[in-house]
Amino acid sequence: MSHTPFPFLTVLVLLPAAGAVVVAAVPRERVARWFHEALGVTVAMATLALAVTIAVRFKVADAGYQMTSNHVWAKVLGIHWFLGIDGISLFLVLMAAVLFPIALLGARARRDPRSFVAWVLLLEAACLGSFVSLDLVLFFLFFELTLVPAYFVIGGWGSARRGYAAIKFFVYTFAGSAFLLVGIIAVAFIHQAQTGVLTFELPALMHTHLSGTAGVVLFLAFTSAFAVKAPIFPFHTWSPDAYAEAPAGGSALIAGVMAKLGTYGIIRFDLNLFPQATHTLAPLMLTLGVIGILYGAVVACAQRDLKRVVAYSSLAQMGFILLGTFALTTQGLTGGVIMMLNHGLIIAALFLLIGWIVERRKTDKVSGLKGLQAPAPILAGVFTLVMLASIGVPGLNGFIGEFLVLSGTFLTHRWWAVVATGGVVIAAIYLLWAYQQVFHGTPTEEDTKTRDLVWHERLVIAPLVIFIVFLGVYPKPVLDRITPSVDRLVARVDRADGTRQPAVALSHHSRPGAGNAATRTTAATSTNAATTRAGGTYTGVTAVMFAFAPADGVTAGTTPTGTFSGGGTR
Amino acid sequence: MSPSLLLGVAAATPRFRTPHIDYLSILPILIMMGGAVAIVVVSSLVRRQLRTGVGTLLAIVTSLAALGASLTQWADVADHGAKVTIAGAVAYDGFSVFIQVTVSIAMLLTVLVGDGYLRREDVGGPELYVLALLSASGAMVMGSANDLIVIFLGLEIMSIALYVLAAFNHRRTESGEAALKYFILGSFSSAIFVYGIALVYGATGSTNLPEIADYLSKNVVASNGVLLAGLALLLVGFGFKIAAVPFHMWSPDVYQGAPSPVTGFMAAVAKAGAFAALLRVFVSSFGAERADWQPIVWALAILSLVVGAVLALSQRDVKRMLAYSSINQAGFILLGVQAADGRGVAASLYYVFVYTFMIIGTFAVVTVLARTGDRGHDLSEYRGLAKRQPLLAGALAILLLAQAGVPFTTGFLAKFQVVAAAVDAHSYALAAVAMASGAIAAFFYLRVAIAMYSPAGASGDDASHEPAGAAGAGVGGEAGSAGSGSPAGSGMADPVGAAGGRGGAVGVAAPGVAMLSLQVLTDEAPSPEVAGRTVPVPALAATALGLAVAFTVVFGIVPAPIVDFAHRATLLFL
Repeated sequence: MSHTPFPFLTVLVLLPAAGAVVVAAVPRERVARWFHEALGVTVAMATLALAVTIAVRFKVADAGYQMTSNHVWAKVLGIHWFLGIDGISLFLVLMAAVLFPIALLGARARRDPRSFVAWVLLLEAACLGSFVSLDLVLFFLFFELTLVPAYFVIGGWGSARRGYAAIKFFVYTFAGSAFLLVGIIAVAFIHQAQTGVLTFELPALMHTHLSGTAGVVLFLAFTSAFAVKAPIFPFHTWSPDAYAEAPAGGSALIAGVMAKLGTYGIIRFDLNLFPQATHTLAPLMLTLGVIGILYGAVVACAQRDLKRVVAYSSLAQMGFILLGTFALTTQGLTGGVIMMLNHGLIIAALFLLIGWIVERRKTDKVSGLKGLQAPAPILAGVFTLVMLASIGVPGLNGFIGEFLVLSGTFLTHRWWAVVATGGVVIAAIYLLWAYQQVFHGTPTEEDTKTRDLVWHERLVIAPLVIFIVFLGVYPKPVLDRITPSVDRLVARVDRADGTRQPAVALSHHSRPGAGNAATRTTAATSTNAATTRAGGTYTGVTAVMFAFAPADGVTAGTTPTGTFSGGGTR
Repeated sequence: MSPSLLLGVAAATPRFRTPHIDYLSILPILIMMGGAVAIVVVSSLVRRQLRTGVGTLLAIVTSLAALGASLTQWADVADHGAKVTIAGAVAYDGFSVFIQVTVSIAMLLTVLVGDGYLRREDVGGPELYVLALLSASGAMVMGSANDLIVIFLGLEIMSIALYVLAAFNHRRTESGEAALKYFILGSFSSAIFVYGIALVYGATGSTNLPEIADYLSKNVVASNGVLLAGLALLLVGFGFKIAAVPFHMWSPDVYQGAPSPVTGFMAAVAKAGAFAALLRVFVSSFGAERADWQPIVWALAILSLVVGAVLALSQRDVKRMLAYSSINQAGFILLGVQAADGRGVAASLYYVFVYTFMIIGTFAVVTVLARTGDRGHDLSEYRGLAKRQPLLAGALAILLLAQAGVPFTTGFLAKFQVVAAAVDAHSYALAAVAMASGAIAAFFYLRVAIAMYSPAGASGDDASHEPAGAAGAGVGGEAGSAGSGSPAGSGMADPVGAAGGRGGAVGVAAPGVAMLSLQVLTDEAPSPEVAGRTVPVPALAATALGLAVAFTVVFGIVPAPIVDFAHRATLLFL
């Protein structure tokens, strides 16, 4: 692990927190009306600059935690201020750092901007803190802390039924994390019993030996919290209400950034701490993922307002992330990670756009809007692009994630992938249908008066559009940084499973030594190391298709469509 | 006279030997009692009624002196180690000093809050302070008692003063009713407690705690029915004082009826004293019998956690809600007792200490917000407070969130430690229930918060668009179609919600398994006279509130000093 002299990550977490305190402390009467918002945006931009610096300094091939800083926080309790970043968390940090200033600029509070900005900055600090915490209790602290600002943002600036939505959100997530805390403490004590050291540091706790049952129970305790947060079917019932009632900026941040804590937690903690239980319960989690995909898609079709359509589509996307994660292949997991990034960008853009529609028309009911294409062509154009990315059209970022997830899942759990593909089709149905209703057709008189995006709105949405296109065309830089960490994680999960091959397990790179027993497909062993992870149970077709798949990054990165057709020709 | 004759006389008359008294070991207790006496004397010397300010000043000086004495004790114990003094009746160790510090601080904060209350209610007189100081000295005695009889003495000194304090505001009928209830039930519990002492004495031949422990470690009590009955009765007595379910019946009425500063005092000091004695008696003396009493404490903890949290949901009176929340908190502290080891004791001590700040701070706001006559504790009175008095609302929000166990407050660390103790003792189910009850508890703390941060005068914005039933059905329908088997939304109707007519329905779904369905009133329109009322905040009460909030947040972010304090207190435990 490398120690940098300048504590980048600590500053990254403390900067928005300090910004929140300052914004809250400056009295309203003393300064100009725009002061608090300007200060908030400045702090968020500074955080973004810091995040970009971190990304630049990030060592591409290093699979371990970088820029760690470790200080004792509460000695008697064994809690450390232990921060670190790796390929899995790097892009979540970047995404969060990008989305917060955009949300502050794009969805300004109708009233009391001071408190709004302060809460949003606190939410940013908590989210960033969760992404870089490597101490389990510290992670839990930040994980729980996200609830408070999110609760006040929903409850203070939301629409009609905000109080109900805010409390439902808080209580659901709080109940989920109850089990997480008990689980964290239990792991630490089991570790203490084995080694005599009380610590909550993830790298140390990874060496805890857990019996089969204990591992499964603890896995479930951890996962209950993450499943509520993500949200994963059937723990999702808070999310449509919260997303629909929150203000536009709040929905964008809660769905785009905060919800990622759930899937991130699963990848970071469940897989690292309980590799055996992960194998045992993978079918269950995959099934939940597939149900989430189909259920979310079907229910989204039945929604009558745009925000709820997006909320349920989000549930389906979460299902895909889960599917990729528990496929336990490099492809699938890389897909899951990149999908978290994509989904954050897409859903934030969608909620901002819907927020602007609501701002103009005071409704997001599909029935109340018609033919907006004519009066607001740019709005319609941007909406189309983001929507297509969400559907997973090749050339836009959504496709990369979905493709990696599906191909990764197909290798190990074929039928789950087959069923999940249905969700892709339904996603096209409900989004296009909603789009048709709102943007096509003959506009009523009221519709024709809808203003198009003004310049500052265009400026705010532009970065998101650029990212969506760029990641769809050239995801290599992202994949290069994610893959080493993902590889290491998959290797770790494999190592714990007796049936896997030791030669694969020892590897830290995507090309472990050959000579393992993935014998049924010679193509697999010779072409690509990751294929060996498929465990030798797959036929030549898969292996050949896999040769094009993105474990070697470049192929998949540059020509995703080509990859598909390459597989198809077989 | 010759020396031999003298000797003969001395030998003939049975000599009463007064024990050597180590005054430092009981100095804070003496200061508290002395302060009470001093205030009485001063008030009887002046011709007219003693001015409130003078009484406040004396009480503050007394509390600070007691706090200083306790800290001196701390240094002394840390240097010279723990010991038993005054014929084995008093323990002088880190544990007892910790309780003295806690009670001194609770006293100080209560005086700061009480001053403004006395002026507003115009009930004058220094009696509040005198009684509170005496009650505090009783709690201190319980904390340092090393003998069951001395514990009983402390219990009675504390309780009798509290009975009178509950009735202190003689203009309020509720106050008298509360006091009478408290007195009758409290007397019962005292009697039961004494009977428990008698049975334990019968079984072990001593009331001295180390001697009991010694006896139990050396002898196997063959037919231990008498001992177990004694233990059970002691537990009933303690359970009453800490308001653990099923001995909690008095607490909502008394909390609601007693003057608000007294309620805060009662919640902090009675808990501190009773938990101190409970820990000392059960963990150190009856440690050998823990297999017998742990299951009972386990049951008490679960009941307190669940009943406290669930019943608090339906309360509209903030003081009553806090009473039930306090029952829930007692359940959490019982987690540490149930663990019955060093970690558990330290966790419980830490919890009691930080809870003192949270609860007195909360009641400081409740006191300030009440109308003259200590009326107006309905939730609707809190609507729009954030708009009118943002600082007051912010302080209350922080204290409530801390009680809910939100990170970076002392409340979280307290819950973390007791849950850790329970997990360490392999009481996984208990730990899980505790955390789940914490989630339910978060709901009613947030209800107050959301009321404060909603605009005053606006009607129940979050619920008025849909009738309660429809909202519930919506939730239920969704959960049902999700295939999770949730009966959410079809649950029992909350009587208050039905009566109020406006209500949001919340289906609280415990993930995966059984679903708990509750229809709870989330909000209600305020009565017209309420909107826009700005209350004056007395400087002293503001000081107390500021101290409480600062402590809760600062030591939530920098936990080491207080956590170490509690742990060292346990290490210096006899």
